[in-house]
Amino acid sequence: MATPTATAGVDLRAGANAALASRWAKPAVFTLCLVPLVWTMWLAYTGELGAEPVLESVKASGLWALRFLLIALALTPLRMLTGVAGLARFRRMLGLFAFFYAAVHLSTYVGLDQFFDWPAIWKDIVKRPYITVGMGAFLILTALAATSTDGMVKRLGGKSWRALHRCVFVAGLAGCLHFLMLVKGWQTAPLVYALICIGLLAFRRWPVRLWRRKDPQAGTGSVRTPRAEAPRSGEAPAPRFPDGSSPARRS
Amino acid sequence: QAPTTIKPADPKFDPTTPMKSATTYNNFYEFGTGKGDPAENAGTLKTRPWEIAVGGEVAKPMTIGIEDLLKFPIEERIYRLRCVEGWSMVIPWVGFPLAELLKRVEPTGNARYVAFQTLNDPKQMPGLRSWVLDWPYTEGLRLDEAMHPLSLLAVGMYGEVLPNQNGAPIRLVVPWKYGFKSIKSIVKITLVKDQPPTAWNKSQPREYGFYSNVNPEVDHPRWSQATERRVGEFSRRKTLPFNGYAEEVASLYAGMDLKANY
Repeated sequence: MATPTATAGVDLRAGANAALASRWAKPAVFTLCLVPLVWTMWLAYTGELGAEPVLESVKASGLWALRFLLIALALTPLRMLTGVAGLARFRRMLGLFAFFYAAVHLSTYVGLDQFFDWPAIWKDIVKRPYITVGMGAFLILTALAATSTDGMVKRLGGKSWRALHRCVFVAGLAGCLHFLMLVKGWQTAPLVYALICIGLLAFRRWPVRLWRRKDPQAGTGSVRTPRAEAPRSGEAPAPRFPDGSSPARRS
Repeated sequence: QAPTTIKPADPKFDPTTPMKSATTYNNFYEFGTGKGDPAENAGTLKTRPWEIAVGGEVAKPMTIGIEDLLKFPIEERIYRLRCVEGWSMVIPWVGFPLAELLKRVEPTGNARYVAFQTLNDPKQMPGLRSWVLDWPYTEGLRLDEAMHPLSLLAVGMYGEVLPNQNGAPIRLVVPWKYGFKSIKSIVKITLVKDQPPTAWNKSQPREYGFYSNVNPEVDHPRWSQATERRVGEFSRRKTLPFNGYAEEVASLYAGMDLKANY
């Protein structure tokens, strides 16, 4: 096991974990997550958003909602593949950013594109399947965002909280479907997003580990719903989780 | 000959769209599906030499070069352009009526429709490698629609030679139909007996009908057609039947159910 590559791997992993555990990691990721918003606003302000700035803003925010959702969903597989346990503590933040960009997406559609034409919006929601699907995804994300606090985890209880939060995959698939349905013809980009989402979903079912270690969680039974998926809550017990999902030394 | 302006759109209600918008916000899937792709990628299109083969149910089929096409009496027409996606522009085209070309080939009594085809060269058109549509791009009109004086073959816009991304060197402009009917970079015009297959109709027949007249009453299954946003404006405006050209063209469809023939 002590091959040089493995050692290097461990070192890299340790380095990554240390970086992710630093007190600057969360503020840094938070700031990074705001870049697309600030960048789009800057382009709009300088008139660089093209001929249809309204539609461009709606598109950009929607795309970033989907991207953040997929990134959030990718963290657990990434953690399992690389052994970088520190990734787990960013899931909530990235998930909340997905919700945030979805909210920006919806409000730019309502406020800028439709200019609060409620009858037209309501007609859109019930008559246009792609908008119905998109609204569905947004409602799920809203429910998940609302129950994302430690307090809500406690109130719901770990088991039902986890069951509820597994709906994030439904939201992801609905987001991809929304994208697929709204473009004309079969375009590449929405297909790629959909494949990534399906891939991440499949990984939950058939996880792959590139590296092995002695890990109480690595047992077959716990792989599908690893303890790491338990929220970082008061309820999650010991701070000796090797995957960084422990509450004690964080936040 | 100096271009003469006929049928100007009322500049008060329909101010001309800035040329920059009209040349950077395009649907021309042969160069990519993004709105900015055509402006970015269409540099590879070679517009000289260029020929259109005009044939089918005609007495005098011919292949006509772009030099000869430019000898038709050129004029400027300021038209509204309404995209099926819900945005619109006002563009000063430079061109000549399609009828002038069709008259020259003398359609026979069998000719009832006109089929058009875009260039289909993957070397010049990178977008052809994607399967978004069944290439080559094809479009069609009924003969009386094609002969209508509003139907234009454009070789320029804004007083300049047509930019590649806008369908150089020659494209159709049918202002009362959704923009995708106005086929770009035409290489073939065929007069035919039966309604010809058209690219978007083949791809999604429920969404894109053969006629595709601008009609606020008939919603696209995925988006409402009641309103549109003029590029460069913030609020939406009501979409007009036949894109505001009802007076000129409504009679072409007398007695037809335009909800069934969308």
